[in-house]
Amino acid sequence: MTLAALFAVLVGMCLLLVRALLGPTLYDRVLAVNSFGTKTVLLLGLLGFVMGRPDFLDIAILYTLINFVSTIAVLKFFRYRSFQVPLARRGDGISNGGDN
Amino acid sequence: MAELFALLANVWDTVRFPLGGAACLSGAILCIIGTIGVLRFPDFYTRVHAASITDTSGAGLVVVGMVLMAPSWIVVVKLFCILGFLLLTSATASHALVNAAHTAGLQPKIGPMAKRGHDDEEEGAH
Amino acid sequence: MAYLLGIFFAILAFWMGNSGYYKPLMLGFAALSITVTLFACARMQLIDREGAPYVRLFGWLAYYPWLTWEVIKSNWVIIKACLRADLDIHPALVKIKTVCKSDLAKVTFANSITLTPGTVTVEIEGDKLLVHGLYEASTVPEAFLEMDRRCARAADPAEKRA
Repeated sequence: MTLAALFAVLVGMCLLLVRALLGPTLYDRVLAVNSFGTKTVLLLGLLGFVMGRPDFLDIAILYTLINFVSTIAVLKFFRYRSFQVPLARRGDGISNGGDN
Repeated sequence: MAELFALLANVWDTVRFPLGGAACLSGAILCIIGTIGVLRFPDFYTRVHAASITDTSGAGLVVVGMVLMAPSWIVVVKLFCILGFLLLTSATASHALVNAAHTAGLQPKIGPMAKRGHDDEEEGAH
Repeated sequence: MAYLLGIFFAILAFWMGNSGYYKPLMLGFAALSITVTLFACARMQLIDREGAPYVRLFGWLAYYPWLTWEVIKSNWVIIKACLRADLDIHPALVKIKTVCKSDLAKVTFANSITLTPGTVTVEIEGDKLLVHGLYEASTVPEAFLEMDRRCARAADPAEKRA
């Protein structure tokens, strides 16, 4: 049954690649890649269980974090065309006026 | 009393693998459903909603299924780490995506859209 | 100092839960990596009230089961929307006002809206949130009143609550 779940996740990943390839805007592609990363995490966990080696979960934890960071990095790059601009503490009035 | 507990543990050990497999399979099918939504929905903002099915219920069910099948407690801890990170980061990532698209001037389609014949997505201003 | 200890215990629990090896050599590596992480946190000025939110832990523990049930309910709606033959959706963009005062409560509220399938927070400005929803009927400002109230109760400090 776990093997069937593994193949179902693989089918979902293949379908997502279609959206990543023909997504009309940049954001569709980034959305597809982000969702692809989430499915990769699930795939890694299921693969560990199918092969009887749950040590794969360490890689899955790492992939969760790297997936998030890479999504934010891609979005930041396409907004500012640079990684140099700091996201927080820029003080130009865009940040929401919180009470920190 | 001890026999009852032993019997319960025995039943649990035989039942948890089919149960976990079923949860994993249904979570994976929810992933496919979310992907179908991503492929079908007409514009970017609605696709984000479809992708969040994968991120919440799909991932949640798969992880719960793996927790049911876990061989040791350390695997359970790791799985809950994965679930917590996934829930926190996927919501933040979709907010960042939508916020970036909105800031770049991508206009959402508003209003009822049953029976649309064709997709006329506009290009984002970037 | 209390914040530093809070972060220290969180990192220690994370290490213990993920390692599974408790030999002296491995524990030495753990001490080394925890020290380096704490130094990096101090350099990034992360050791403050938001870095160790233990006071709000019980509020969150009461809030997240309720949110889980909400997420399951709205998941069902979106699954039906994905599989319908005709694409019967009605996207809407509304601006809602929140009663949450602190940044933490606002972030919890916006994160909950985004986590619930069918609604996603587009922008936060002051105490107004721009929300995009898949169905107009579930995106009216009245639909978020209870979530807003529960977030304020879970994450706002008591002296700021209205």
